[in-house]
Amino acid sequence: MPSLNDYLLLSAILFCIGTAGVFVRRNLITILLSIEIMLNAVNLTFVAFGRSLGGPDGQIIVFFVMTVAAAEAAVGLAIVIALFRHRESLNPDTFTALKW
Amino acid sequence: MLLLIPLIPFVGFLVNAGMGRRLSKAVSGSIAVAAMLASFGLSVAAFVQLIGHPPDSRAIVQQVFTWITSGAFEASFTLRVDPLSALMILIVTGIGSLIHIYSTAYMHDERDSEYARYFSYLNLFAAFMLVLVLGSNFLVMFVGWEGVGLCSYLLIGFWYEKKSASDAGKKAFIVNRIGDFGFILGVLLIYVRFGTVDFQQIASSISSIGAETSFGTLSLITLLLFVGATGKSAQIPLFVWLPDAMEGPTPVSALIHAATMVTAGVYMIGRNAVLFSHAPQTLQIVAVIGAATAFFAGTIGLVQNDIKRVLAYSTVSQLGYMFLAMGVGAFSAGIFHLYTHAFFKALLFLGSGAVIHALAGEQDLRRMGGLKDALPVTYWTFLIGALAIAGVPGLAGFFSKDEILYRTFANGHTLLWAVGLVTSLLTAIYMFRLVFMAFHGPRHVPDPAPAPSEPHAGGAPHHLHDAPRPMALVLVILAAGSIVVGYVGLPGVFSSTNRFDKFLAPSFAEAHDVVRNVRAESETAGARAAESSEQLELGLMGLSVLAAVSGIGIAMFFFYRNRELALRLAERFIGLYTVLARKYYVDEVYDAAVVQPIRIVADQGLWKVVDMRVIDGSVNGVAESVRGWSELLRRLQTGSVRAYAASLFLGVVAVIGYYLWK
Repeated sequence: MPSLNDYLLLSAILFCIGTAGVFVRRNLITILLSIEIMLNAVNLTFVAFGRSLGGPDGQIIVFFVMTVAAAEAAVGLAIVIALFRHRESLNPDTFTALKW
Repeated sequence: MLLLIPLIPFVGFLVNAGMGRRLSKAVSGSIAVAAMLASFGLSVAAFVQLIGHPPDSRAIVQQVFTWITSGAFEASFTLRVDPLSALMILIVTGIGSLIHIYSTAYMHDERDSEYARYFSYLNLFAAFMLVLVLGSNFLVMFVGWEGVGLCSYLLIGFWYEKKSASDAGKKAFIVNRIGDFGFILGVLLIYVRFGTVDFQQIASSISSIGAETSFGTLSLITLLLFVGATGKSAQIPLFVWLPDAMEGPTPVSALIHAATMVTAGVYMIGRNAVLFSHAPQTLQIVAVIGAATAFFAGTIGLVQNDIKRVLAYSTVSQLGYMFLAMGVGAFSAGIFHLYTHAFFKALLFLGSGAVIHALAGEQDLRRMGGLKDALPVTYWTFLIGALAIAGVPGLAGFFSKDEILYRTFANGHTLLWAVGLVTSLLTAIYMFRLVFMAFHGPRHVPDPAPAPSEPHAGGAPHHLHDAPRPMALVLVILAAGSIVVGYVGLPGVFSSTNRFDKFLAPSFAEAHDVVRNVRAESETAGARAAESSEQLELGLMGLSVLAAVSGIGIAMFFFYRNRELALRLAERFIGLYTVLARKYYVDEVYDAAVVQPIRIVADQGLWKVVDMRVIDGSVNGVAESVRGWSELLRRLQTGSVRAYAASLFLGVVAVIGYYLWK
C-alpha cells in the first residue's frame, strides 16, 4: 500500500517532467501536452490528499480542473492551428511580432 | 465730470486709431483738436468750480469705480482735483490744445494714415497725462505714468523707418523702465509702511509723526520714488534718453519732452510734498541732483549744434531747477517754474519747429543764420521765449527762476544757490547763442536738404517761408503767455501776497511747515539763518538779473560780433570743447559700464550657458534619460514565449518560496 508521500513524490516528478517539457520542447503541441502533464500531476496531488484526509473535496476540485483543462486544450489547439495556418510553423520562437 | 477730462481725448484716440485710415487729414486733425479743446473747456470749468469753494476745502473728488479689493487692501479708480492738479490739467490741456493746433500744420506733409496715427498717439498721451495728474492714489497715477511713457516711446519712434528714431524710442522706454522699477518699489514700500496707496491717507497718517532725523523707511521710500522721477524727468543719472528723444516730431518734443510729461516727476514730488518733507535726507539728495543736473546739462547745451538738442539740454537743465526747488523745500516755487517753463519751452520748441519747417528739415545751427528777416513771426516769438528762459526781468521765467534761487538761498543752501546762479548765466548764454546763430549773422543758404533729418520735406520745391497761419497763431499765443503768466506769482517784494503760493497753499502749506521746522531744528550753533528780508531778496534778484544780462552779453560778444573768436576759443580749449560736445561721454560710459556688461552676461552667460546648457540641457536630459532607461528595459521583452514562461515560473517559485521559508 503506497503512502501519501509516494503519491506526492510521483506527482512532483510528473510536474517536473511537464515543466521541463514546456521549457525544452520547440513544438507548440508538445508544449500543450506538457502542460496537460503538469495539470495531471496537480490532479494526482489533489486526489491523494483527498483520500488521505477522507473527504470529497479533493475529488471535486479535480473535476473542475479536468473541465478547465478540456476547455484550455480546445482553445489552445484552436490557437495553435490558427498560428500554424499563418506562419507554417509550430516553433514558438517564430512568433515574435509583438516584441518591442 | 472729472472723468470726462481724460475720457474725451481717449475717445479721440479711439476714433483716430480705429478709423483714421479712412479719414482725411482735416477730419482726423479736427477730431483730435476738438477733443483737446473740449477737455480744456472742462478743465477750466473744474478750475472755476474749485475757485468757488472756500480755500480750505478746495477739492473735487470723483470715485469712478472700486478697482481692487483684496483683504485689507483697497484701491479705487478715483479722480481728484485740488489746486495742484487743477493747475496741471490746465497746463496739459491748454498747452496740449495749442500744440495739437500747431501740429495740424506742422505734420501736414504726412500721409493721411500717418497723420491720423500721429494725432491718435497725441490724444492718447493727453488722456494718460490727465489720468496721471488727476489720480488720487499711486496706482491710478502709475497707470498714467506708464501710459505717458508708452506714448512717449510711440511718438519718439514715430518715424520708425529711421533707425535712429526707433533706437531713440527704445532708449527712452528702457531708461524709463529703470526709473519705473524704483517707483514701483517705492509704492510697494509705501503700502507696507502705511497700508494704503491713497495720497490723502498717506499724508494724514504721516502728519502725526515727525520728520526723520536719520536715513529710515521714509527716506528709502522717497528715494525710490525719486528714482522714478529721475527716469521720467530726465535727471542725473537717467537723463540720457531726453536729448535722443528729439528724434520725434518737434511738436511732440514741445508737448511731451518739454512742457508736460517730463514734469511728471516734479509733479509727483509735489503731490507727495508732505511725505518728502518728512524725509530731509532725501530732499537733500533731490536738491543736489537737481542743481547738478541743471549745471551739467547747461554746460552741454553750450556747444551742441543741433537746434533741438540745445533745447533738449535746456529742458534737462530747467527740470534740474525744478528739482532743486523741490529739494530745498520750496515746493510751490518748483511748481511755479514748471508752469512758466511749460509756456516758454513749448514756445521755444515750436519756434524751432517753425525754423525746421521753413528749412525743410534742417536742424544744424551752423547751416542756419540770418533768418531774422525771412521768418519775422518766428524770430520775435522765439526771442521772447529766449528772454523768458534767460530770466530777463518782467518775463515769466524771471519770476519763477528767481523764486527758486531766492528760496534756495533763504533755506540755507548757499552752495546750491551759487550753482543755480551760474546755471542761469549758462542758460542765457546757450539760449542767445542759439538765437544769434539761427536768426542773426550771415545767411547760410541752406542746401536743398539732401538728407532731411525730419522727413517731412514732402518733396515740393523748397522755399523759405514763415510759419503757416495755425503755427504762427500758436507761437503768438505762447509768446504772450511767456510774458504774462509770471505775474500770478509776483515775489513778495513786489506785492503783498504771492497769489500763486496762496492758490497752492492747500497742497503745500503743511509740507512747507515741516521743512521750516526741520531747518529750525538743525540750525543750532554755526548754522546761519538766512532771514527772509526784502533787501536780501532784492539783492539776490539783482544778482540773477546780472547773470542773465551778462549771459546775453557774452553770447552777443561771441556769437554776434566775433564768431571767429568763439571758434578760436573752441580750438584753444579743444579738450574741454570735445568733452562738452560729446556730452561728458556719459553715453559712452553707460555703454561701457552697463550696456556692454549686460550684453556680455546675456550672450555668454544667459544665452550660451543658462539657456543652452541649463534649460535646454535639462529638457533634453529628461528625454535622454527616458530613452536610456527604455533601451535597458526593452531587453526584458525578448519575444520568446519560453522565456516568458520561465520568468512566470520563477516568479511563482519565488513567491511560494518566500512564504514557505518565512
